[in-house]
Amino acid sequence: MIEVRGLSKRFGNVVAVDDLSFDVGPGTVTGFLGPNGSGKSTTMRMIMGLDLPASGSVTVLGRRYHDLPWPLREVGGLLEAKAIHPGRSARAHLLTLARSNAIARPRVDEVLELVGLSAVAGKRVGKFSLGMGQRLGIAAALLGDPGVLLFDEPVNGLDPEGIRWVRTLCKKLAGEGRTVFVSSHLMAEMALTADHLVVIGKGKLIAETTVADFVARSSHKSVKVRTPALHQLSDALTNAGGTVIADPDGSLTVTGMSAPEVGDLAASIGLAVHELTPVASLEDAFMELTDEAVEFRGGS
Amino acid sequence: MTVVAGMPASFEAAQIPGRAGLRRAMAAEWTKLWSVRSTMWTLVATVVAVVGLCALGTGTISASEIIDDPTRRSLIGIFLGQLIFGVLGVLVMSAEYGTGTIRATLSAVPRRPVVLTAKVVVFGAVAVVVSEILAFSAFAVGQAILSAKHAVGSKAAAAQRAQQLGVKIPHNIQAVLSTGSASLGQPGVLRAVVGAGLYLAVLGLLALGLATIIRHTAGAISAFVGVVLVLPLIVQALPTSLSNAVARYLPANIGLVMFSTNGVPASREVAYAFSPWAGFALLALYTVVILGIGCLVLVRRDA
Repeated sequence: MIEVRGLSKRFGNVVAVDDLSFDVGPGTVTGFLGPNGSGKSTTMRMIMGLDLPASGSVTVLGRRYHDLPWPLREVGGLLEAKAIHPGRSARAHLLTLARSNAIARPRVDEVLELVGLSAVAGKRVGKFSLGMGQRLGIAAALLGDPGVLLFDEPVNGLDPEGIRWVRTLCKKLAGEGRTVFVSSHLMAEMALTADHLVVIGKGKLIAETTVADFVARSSHKSVKVRTPALHQLSDALTNAGGTVIADPDGSLTVTGMSAPEVGDLAASIGLAVHELTPVASLEDAFMELTDEAVEFRGGS
Repeated sequence: MTVVAGMPASFEAAQIPGRAGLRRAMAAEWTKLWSVRSTMWTLVATVVAVVGLCALGTGTISASEIIDDPTRRSLIGIFLGQLIFGVLGVLVMSAEYGTGTIRATLSAVPRRPVVLTAKVVVFGAVAVVVSEILAFSAFAVGQAILSAKHAVGSKAAAAQRAQQLGVKIPHNIQAVLSTGSASLGQPGVLRAVVGAGLYLAVLGLLALGLATIIRHTAGAISAFVGVVLVLPLIVQALPTSLSNAVARYLPANIGLVMFSTNGVPASREVAYAFSPWAGFALLALYTVVILGIGCLVLVRRDA
């Protein structure tokens, strides 16, 4: 359980986080979504007590991070990949963290096994790829078997197999009743991983919602349609007020009209339709929301 | 915490008494220090370089040269050692910022003064042990060389020099002056050798404090070199009266007195210096102040 209340942070004259309030609950994966530079990492650092807020407060499990008796046993964080001394081995890095929080030594090898780094446990971190660095960061987060997990852009640098692994891991951890808070600037990734969403833009809260609601609210819906009579249908749709884009695969993407409207129009002029699919573009919905935030800020 | 119906049971972390305190932080720092190869290499290199330089300083004397303080002569390599200890002290802190490890460190132990204290205790203990090994080795090697070369001390030459500088040679020291090599049983000698090691260790901690304030390796090393090497040059350029008054406050001059036996001034500046232990107390005070400022900065700034 993470509770963020009126959190603000300034770097010089730049407001990085602006009066942010939201909750992250246990048992689900909560996505933290926003464009690059929107204040996600700063917020996560403030949750973990690394950056000090200009105002507002943040508590984890009802306490300030600073007051947690065994922080790594309560909260696990992956904030930056490869933020580890390059001359230290993966095992030694985890061992220093384990020592500081009285975590038994065998747990180090356990988490290395869990993230698939057993074979390179004794290798120096400087030789690791970005993806291996991410896995080591996740191992460090899991070290204390904590109930709250914060992952900042965990799939950066991972290959498709690694991305799927992170997705499955997040869901599994949430399934165990843990609080899982994952940031990303990629809406599509969040749609696959998260149940809940906290969306921010320019440091302000834009939406605190479920993924399903977020998609439903999207006004940028389009319809994918396939027909043998490409030109005739395209002209008819344009005349009816739709915007039509011919896709390279031979289908048409129509915006400004609903799927029934497109189907009815095709039927009325006697054209065959082979496919008719409503498409909700998450990226568009996301861009639309964050654009509003930018405009709002520009006007104020 | 409420659990929504249909959700899995809430996760309970194991409850363990106590907290991530100083003892745990020290264990982590110990592991951290020795899990990087450079630590051991640097320490071995320091011992070899300093003892080597001391051997060179005593091995190159000519038969006619008069040794007015054989102890100091054998420990002169300490001035090289202080630079390496300075770099090590800086890296204990600055490497954390340079690599980003500081965020992992402070996530594990969020009470920052505890982290700094753990570093000071662990690095300080290692520094004292290594620097004392170094000082005693340098002394032993240097004295063996001096005595093998039948080096001559001169009571008369030392007395003349003391007179020039307007200082008195304590009575119990005069006996020492007639010999060209020293032994630990002679007055002031053991104190000088122990003092040489302590001087190095405290300078290492001073460097750690500077790095806590400055955070960047290059910047902190520059500041350290400025304090121990550049400041004396500036002070030397001042008018004599002012220079004499200021010089005794400089770490390098405090160090020179600490590893000299009593009574024989090594240079004009040292003639006006504090006594060895008073100088050491002052150096320790500098270090505490720098570490204190470092602690304040560490607590107040974002990691």
